Amino acid sequence: MTKVKSKPSEKSVKNSTEKGKNGTAWDIVKISRHPNRPVLQDYISLVFENFIPLHGDRYFADDPAIVGGFAKIGDKKVMLIGQNKGKNTTDQITRNFGMAKPEGYRKALRLMKLAERFNLPIVTVIDTPGAFPGIEAEERGQAESIAKNITEMAKLEVPIVAVVIGEGGSGGALGIGVGDKILMLSNAIYSVISPEGCASILWRDATFAPEAAEALNITAKALLKLEVIDEIIEEPKGGAHSDYDKTATAVKSAILKNLKSLENISVDKLLDMRADKYAAMGKFSTDN
Amino acid sequence: MAWFIKDETIKKPSSKSLWVKCKKCSSHVYDVEWKENLNVCPICNFHGSITSRQRADLIFDKGSFNELFANIGPVDSLKFVDLKGSYKDKFEENKKKAGINEAVLTGHGKINGIKAVASIMDFRFLGGSLGSGTGEKILQGANFALEHKMPYIVFSESGGARMQEGVLSLMQMAKTCSGVAKLNKKNIPFISVLVNPTTGGVTASYAMMGDINIAEPFAVIGFAGRRVIEQTIGEKLPDDFQTAEYLLEHGFVDAIVNRKDMKDYLSNVLSYYNLK
Ligand SMILES: [Zn+2]
Repeated sequence: MTKVKSKPSEKSVKNSTEKGKNGTAWDIVKISRHPNRPVLQDYISLVFENFIPLHGDRYFADDPAIVGGFAKIGDKKVMLIGQNKGKNTTDQITRNFGMAKPEGYRKALRLMKLAERFNLPIVTVIDTPGAFPGIEAEERGQAESIAKNITEMAKLEVPIVAVVIGEGGSGGALGIGVGDKILMLSNAIYSVISPEGCASILWRDATFAPEAAEALNITAKALLKLEVIDEIIEEPKGGAHSDYDKTATAVKSAILKNLKSLENISVDKLLDMRADKYAAMGKFSTDN
Repeated sequence: MAWFIKDETIKKPSSKSLWVKCKKCSSHVYDVEWKENLNVCPICNFHGSITSRQRADLIFDKGSFNELFANIGPVDSLKFVDLKGSYKDKFEENKKKAGINEAVLTGHGKINGIKAVASIMDFRFLGGSLGSGTGEKILQGANFALEHKMPYIVFSESGGARMQEGVLSLMQMAKTCSGVAKLNKKNIPFISVLVNPTTGGVTASYAMMGDINIAEPFAVIGFAGRRVIEQTIGEKLPDDFQTAEYLLEHGFVDAIVNRKDMKDYLSNVLSYYNLK
């Protein structure tokens, strides 16, 4: 993580007063990356039952940054797929801090297709700083693997509920993030670029990350307003890391509620709704 | 700025000789020769940037191109302000400078007599970045192709998602790919042409999803930026990393085609399409 010194500027002062007691976007960035924040494997134990992990993309390898398999949530059977940042340093390194490589995205797609064959709804759990930026990832088609998932997810004939639990890092998040319902924890973030990355490009200085975080509209609240997400899952007062059980209960009931809302919709209708949802994303003018 | 030759520099009538410096081999090429060679270096075959309209002229039969969705342009929905000012000021300035309203030109026409729809990205407009208006035009182009059962061609030339639109720009990846998905389902051909540079969110969406992927020679095509990867691995990358030639070798593009041959290549490929 980039170390960020606070840099008082007119804008950040203005922003912190505007946001008042709810905290600035930067405060939320810090909570979303909190070392004790629950990660996918915590939710697997607290929210899901009878998880049957499945491995490998069948082409190259098994990417531990992405975990997936059959699971039960309440009385529903689902295919669960998500990024796992890991719990301790060794685990985090093994899982590459949740930064998946092409084989991770291809495993995810393989499991999604499996879900389609089993007629199971899909739950994806998003928590990644981004797709892994490395030589081997580029060599094996990082861009193609994400592009393929995004395109195939538009066609999947089963309901998809995606939950952003921590960091929704750009294309790496979207690679498992196209769905019928997008939920987000109240202290999670979802962004086209990391605040540090944006600051270093547009402010020419990564220490302007707090300003960039504000400008990018990356909080759950901002994204609900922009109609990018459908629902905010409220975290306990001190953040998700302060009370795992309470957080898990809220996540479980939100997923169940949304799975239920998609249950009796015909495949054609579901795919039309999904296409309409994404066709409506973004704002542009038509009077040029 | 690195990738394009400013048009006005070339067009400006002047008594002085004007030279274009090739970005690849650093040769100085007389501007008239550079232009006659379609902004391609006669020494090393580096393909410099051309405008979306120039590209439409090169690809479509004379007088056959009909522009679509020209009314679509950006809005500053996040009221985004960075060090250099507001996004609104920036895109208004780009509109004037580039003479287009968005980073893509969409239309339909005939390629050696074959009807097709094309969206052609334009690097002069905010680095060809993918904003909501860009995504809308690319999706509408796909919808038009679907409705008229015409093949769809997208020329990508882009630095990636448009940061000043935040996650809305990221969502254009899903929006455009949902258009590609519809074409796939109806078996309407989708051809992606990757032009220097095609990176980030554009590569990780429609640009890699062509039924046929074509690249111009030496085009830089990749997901993560070179600098970011070098920082991650702590070493310098080889020169050919993320080039069209590298992608061909690794199986991600079907062919590398010279700009002057692109029209004939496209019509040749499309002549194999039998509309059911
Ligand atoms: Zn040259």
